[in-house]
Amino acid sequence: MVVKQISIFLENKCGRMIRVSEVLGEAGINVRALSIADTSDFGILRLIVDRPDEACSVLREKGFMASVTEVIALEVPDTPGGLARALTPLQEAGINIEYLYAFVQKRTADALILVRVENIEAALQVLRENNISVISSERLYSL
Amino acid sequence: MWNKRCESIPREQLSRLQFLRLKQTLEAVYQLVPYYQQVYRDTGVEPGDIRSLEDLAKLPFTVKDDLRENYPYGLFTNGLNEVVRLHSSSGTTGQPTVVGYTRNDLEVWAELAARALAGAGAGRDSVVHIAYGYGLFTGGLGVHYGAEKIGATVVPVSGGQTKRQVRMMKDLGTTLLACTPSYALNIADAMIEMQIDPGELALSSGLFGAEPWSDNMRKIIEEKLQISAFDIYGLSEVMGPGVAYECSAKEGLHLPEDHFIAEIIDPVSGEVLPEGTAGELVITTITKEALPVIRYRTRDITSLTRRPCSCGRTHLRIAKVSGRTDDMLIIRGVNVFPSQVESVLLDIGETEPHYQLVVDREGALDTLEIRVELTEQMFSDKVKGLEGLEKLIREEISSLLGISARVKLVEPKTIPRSEGKAQRVIDRRPQR
Ligand SMILES: [Zn+2]
Repeated sequence: MVVKQISIFLENKCGRMIRVSEVLGEAGINVRALSIADTSDFGILRLIVDRPDEACSVLREKGFMASVTEVIALEVPDTPGGLARALTPLQEAGINIEYLYAFVQKRTADALILVRVENIEAALQVLRENNISVISSERLYSL
Repeated sequence: MWNKRCESIPREQLSRLQFLRLKQTLEAVYQLVPYYQQVYRDTGVEPGDIRSLEDLAKLPFTVKDDLRENYPYGLFTNGLNEVVRLHSSSGTTGQPTVVGYTRNDLEVWAELAARALAGAGAGRDSVVHIAYGYGLFTGGLGVHYGAEKIGATVVPVSGGQTKRQVRMMKDLGTTLLACTPSYALNIADAMIEMQIDPGELALSSGLFGAEPWSDNMRKIIEEKLQISAFDIYGLSEVMGPGVAYECSAKEGLHLPEDHFIAEIIDPVSGEVLPEGTAGELVITTITKEALPVIRYRTRDITSLTRRPCSCGRTHLRIAKVSGRTDDMLIIRGVNVFPSQVESVLLDIGETEPHYQLVVDREGALDTLEIRVELTEQMFSDKVKGLEGLEKLIREEISSLLGISARVKLVEPKTIPRSEGKAQRVIDRRPQR
């Protein structure tokens, strides 16, 4: 139940981000979600795409430092406190959340959150025990 | 060991021998070479003022330009009377230099090349394939006479026609390959192309020199050719290959102190540096007849140690040459060599790093920025991970060089390269 995410190192953020989307566009790869973490020096662009392994290899061919990492996709009811209800069990179980970002979707009222944790197996276990719905990669890519 | 008596001589005895030979050499150049007479008159130091090995530091240096300016025979002790061989190096600047050898000089050179070959495991039963250039360059003939001296079978192929060389090595049962490290890689690539597995050859070791090479390149050559690779150092102004060589310990290159005196100096101040400190290697020959050199500045950056070596040789060891003084930068008064930065990155990243030093000035202060191309091993998709890497590099640099630097991670292949090597230094400081 993990989702593959592409992480890309960006030095000059703006210009290179455009180039990333060009490269993926030329390969016919769709970007489903994205987030950028940046410092004054560099940025890390994280993408959810429909064909992650292929995306990673075309980006590398074009000279990008890219890697595939695994994240968890959570379905969170779009109501006040919905996000907290999903994350509190993880926190209580001592699972460290490294970062998270939202996935924009059109079809349902629920929000999707992508979460990167240190221990993915333990996190999945906690989420299952607390009946928080985790989305499979197949469903996510097809949204 | 080729010459146990000389190579493992007790250090006290060695010092006495060095001093005796130094005095003889100084007397000879003072008597016979007008150039040295003039220099010593100008500096007011005479051979008689040299009363210990330490006093050598009172004498002025000899540099490559001195050889050029006295081209062709100005620094020879006795014209061409006893000279039986000449070699020459054209140099990158055009004006050539010429070096000469008496019969005895060639005898000593062969002896030292023999020590180097023995250090690399060669002996009477070896088949030595010499792919160094033969001719005015000292590489080919230098190793050649050493190999004959130890009674090995010599194959004097010189350079070129790489595939033919591979076939010969296979057919003739070559056990030791002597060439430049970059040519060793060419040979390895030719083997792959010819679908020859190096395991089919009798090849077991290699003696590589005439250009600087890293320990990382050693690993690559050893893997590709399935051999043990040894470093040999030399320069024609001092002699040729054999001025220093590795033993089986491979923890530095032994410098035959019964024939040379080595010093490490600060390339800017000229001060002699303490044991273990990196600086420019300076060599004085103490047995050469035709063209002795006194305190010759090699421009090569290394350090030296007199600690005993596990192989039993007592002669001091120099570290693998890590660069040329021509590459040196002075940042905030500190001497910085790009190779020092490279060694830090090699330790952290494990692969051949691509990096660039950008030196600039803000107000009265020099700034140093180190740009490092990110590799797969270094990449982390967490900000904290990459910031931690920058911090690690910054701290290692600061503890090694004693100056602070800004570290900037950059994308792969963004540092301009020429001939596969990245342009190492950009100095934007205004010229005084
Ligand atoms: Zn040794």
